[in-house]
Amino acid sequence: MIQSLLAQGFQMMLVLAVAPLVIGIIRKVKARLSRRIGPSIFQPYRDLIRLARKDTVVAHNASWLFLVAPYIVFAAIWVAAALVPTYALGLIFSWSADIIVIVGLLALARFFLALAGLDVGTAFGGIGTSREMMISSLAEPAMLMIVFTLSLLAQSTQLSSIAHYMMTADVGLRVSCGLALLGLVMVTIAENGRVPVDNPATHLELTMVHEAMILEYSGRHLALIELAAALKLTLYLSMLTCVFLPWGIALNGAKLPVLGLGVLIYLIKITVASAVLAAFEVTVAKMRVFRVVDFLNFALMLGLLATLLLFVSRSI
Amino acid sequence: MDLPFALCLVSLLIGAAALIAPVAGRSWASVALYGLCLGVSSLLLVIGLWSLVAMGGGAEAPLLWLPLGIPGQGVHFRLDGLSAFFLIVINLAASAASLFAIGSGRHEHAPHRVLPFYPVFLAGMNLVVLANDVYGFLFSWEVMSVASWFLVIAHHRQPENRRAGYVYLIMAALSTQMLLVTFGLLSGFGAHLDFDAIRATPPSLDIARLALLAVVIGTGAKAGLVPLHVWLPLAHPAAPSHVSGLMSGIMTKVAIYGLVRVTFDLLGPPEWTWGAGILLLGGTTAVTGVLYALMQHDLKRLLAYHTVENIGIIAIGLGLALAFRANGFQMGAALALTAALFHVLNHSLFKTLLFLSAGAVLTATGERDLDRLGGLIRGMPITAFCFLVGSAAISALPPLNGFVSEWLALQAILISPELPQWILKFLVPMVGAGLALSAALAAACFVKAFGAAFLGRARTAAAERAVEVERSSLAAMLILVAACVLAGVLPGLVVDALAPVTTLLVGSHLPNQITQPWLTLVATTPERSSYNGLILMVFIALSASLSAFGVHRLASRRRRRAGAWDCGYPETSPATQYTAASFAQPIRRVFASVLFSAREKIDMPAPGDSRAARLTLTIRDPVWALLYRPVAVAVTTAAEIISSALSLSIRQHLGLVYGTLILLLVVLALWQ
Repeated sequence: MIQSLLAQGFQMMLVLAVAPLVIGIIRKVKARLSRRIGPSIFQPYRDLIRLARKDTVVAHNASWLFLVAPYIVFAAIWVAAALVPTYALGLIFSWSADIIVIVGLLALARFFLALAGLDVGTAFGGIGTSREMMISSLAEPAMLMIVFTLSLLAQSTQLSSIAHYMMTADVGLRVSCGLALLGLVMVTIAENGRVPVDNPATHLELTMVHEAMILEYSGRHLALIELAAALKLTLYLSMLTCVFLPWGIALNGAKLPVLGLGVLIYLIKITVASAVLAAFEVTVAKMRVFRVVDFLNFALMLGLLATLLLFVSRSI
Repeated sequence: MDLPFALCLVSLLIGAAALIAPVAGRSWASVALYGLCLGVSSLLLVIGLWSLVAMGGGAEAPLLWLPLGIPGQGVHFRLDGLSAFFLIVINLAASAASLFAIGSGRHEHAPHRVLPFYPVFLAGMNLVVLANDVYGFLFSWEVMSVASWFLVIAHHRQPENRRAGYVYLIMAALSTQMLLVTFGLLSGFGAHLDFDAIRATPPSLDIARLALLAVVIGTGAKAGLVPLHVWLPLAHPAAPSHVSGLMSGIMTKVAIYGLVRVTFDLLGPPEWTWGAGILLLGGTTAVTGVLYALMQHDLKRLLAYHTVENIGIIAIGLGLALAFRANGFQMGAALALTAALFHVLNHSLFKTLLFLSAGAVLTATGERDLDRLGGLIRGMPITAFCFLVGSAAISALPPLNGFVSEWLALQAILISPELPQWILKFLVPMVGAGLALSAALAAACFVKAFGAAFLGRARTAAAERAVEVERSSLAAMLILVAACVLAGVLPGLVVDALAPVTTLLVGSHLPNQITQPWLTLVATTPERSSYNGLILMVFIALSASLSAFGVHRLASRRRRRAGAWDCGYPETSPATQYTAASFAQPIRRVFASVLFSAREKIDMPAPGDSRAARLTLTIRDPVWALLYRPVAVAVTTAAEIISSALSLSIRQHLGLVYGTLILLLVVLALWQ
């Protein structure tokens, strides 16, 4: 009991510790690929500490919702990230939330962040929120269709069971699997505000989505939101790797050395995934906001097609 | 003893209506009446709970015969699991609405038009679910419809309310007509009006198909299935707010009760095509309902369109349950039916909550238009909190109750590849995508509604000055908030309570939830899927407090207030904020340009011209344009042709009669 609780607690701390590193690696790789030296991969940690030390400036008319939203957003995303298998399967609380609940928790975080964006009543908050909700209204169904595909394959909505199925069963090269992988990558890009959907590095007014929504935040609140965003990206990368590259994850009830190996392999996988994402980002240009719709409709169609294939191929 | 006691309580409501009518203008009348309604509905709630628990233990459904109604036939009543569940749904919301009205009733400027009809409305809804014969069902259905119609036109001096009343009257008449056809087909020429007799001799397949069509139209017109929803967004906002809450929250559920009672209980074994039809209707209703809602800027009308969406979600569950049952998958049928009925309860809770909060806003500001509100969270923090919880629940966010029924519905969809029919294999994933889309769009819509009404800066002086409403009204909303949270974190209790209902209707029920470790919700088997709202809520609370503690210990604790940043150019006028319409613009552009032919026309003055720029937005409602207007035109034209016959001379009249007689004889001769 104590051991399993410790394993779960370790996973919570692991994702929290790794999250800024993911951002750091992506920035470093992007900088190197565009022939810049770029900041150290530990720069995001320093940024977070710097933000936390600064005074928090809050608009005169900000309400209680504006003040509590960062904590709710952070908590919801942290819990979701801690429930995605990283280094081991079947942790003690993994059954309390399946993959649909994880999608729901991310929606909860987005709901509160969006409301916080509207709270002060500035034009930028409105533009960011309105676009974010437009993007999510397409990205969430696409995500759920991918969830359907994976759940139908593995006969379970538990991420641990899905990863276990992908690791042990003879999955082979399935069309549905390929479609789901592509769809999940596209949703990852859209939901985390990466290029080409949104640019996390921009403060150019007309192109901002996520950054416009959190424009009024500063100090420790901003630190929490930035950390939450990093955690969300880590969550998606963990999900991608645990479902499509499940090898090396420690199985239920593994001994300590195996778990240690699992952590090591997880770190390698997540580094590679971040580097691949960064390499993709430098090769594409940001899209116009309304082109994002086509991008996400494509992801939705991929998910729907993958699900349909599974429904049709199941014969009695 | 529960059934006679319940009927006594209902007759108490009717008596109260008769007594209150002459004194409705007095200052104490509204408090006394709503207090009585609160007491009666709480007692009925207890009876419902008691019966459901007793039936879980295997008790028989009590029957009662009263010598009322048609001479020689009398009226039959029965309180089985389904009736008990709907009794709970009705009276939970009704007691909250009555409590709300105890405080807010004194703002009513036409009490004599509201007070006598309110208890009759409650009595009608309760009687519908208790009736066990055709006469009792239809009579109570009409009592419910007529009483609610009086409440809709209570403020009849506003022209849009009169129009709402007119449309509602037509749709209510259509609904009852269709139910009359349904029961006519079911009871056959033998005229056994008793439901037990209909159960004993299920109709033949052809009759059952016709009856299904009639009952889907009849109950769908009351519940708001697209395209029969047109009266709902007109009528629900017109009534006083606590009545709007009841009409949206539970009268639509009474219609769902009628649909479930007929299709699952009286029609005999279903065909899979029935399920497919209802599934398709439900999917269409869910997606179009939420898209309609996104186009609205009237707070109560927006909520009414969300009712349409949620009725669609319930219909998806019912359709799936029928499809499973037709194929003999009892477990799947039980899961889908549980999802649908759980959503019935959830929607009655959060929709009543949202309407009551909207009522509080209306009382405090006199405004329903989102573009004339704003910043209410400062003057009305408790109402804002209640509306926030309701919004999160209806947007299917964990750990609240809306998420649980959505989760169950998705689980039911995920086991449906087992269904053998090809049409279902294509239809079910599509409907699943529609369900996901409607949940995501609902979240967007409620960010819009909450943001425009409660956040930002006040757009009018009335919104600036708004203060909280009476304590009892706030208490009513907080009770519903608590119910939403409880049903969300302890869903196992609700699912267990539904076990006797699903056993009654589809012969199976979900695994016993109370014995699962950590009170986890299990849809089919724990290996397949499980959800634990309680642990999730504790986790979120723990990590939020942990992060708050960490941040306050380690980080700077100083907080300064300053002007808004807004990239350096903060605008002082509240008119520069995003409005409900501008918030919905991207989504409107993506989804509504085809369905609603939404067009934006920008009239930009030439440089140097000082005239204001104008943006004109046109939205066409396809249902009105393509379905109702042609029908209305046809009816008017036919009426004009017939009325011209009235001015004929006596000889022409006789000729007409003669011609008709000949025609009938010819038809008869050909028929033979």
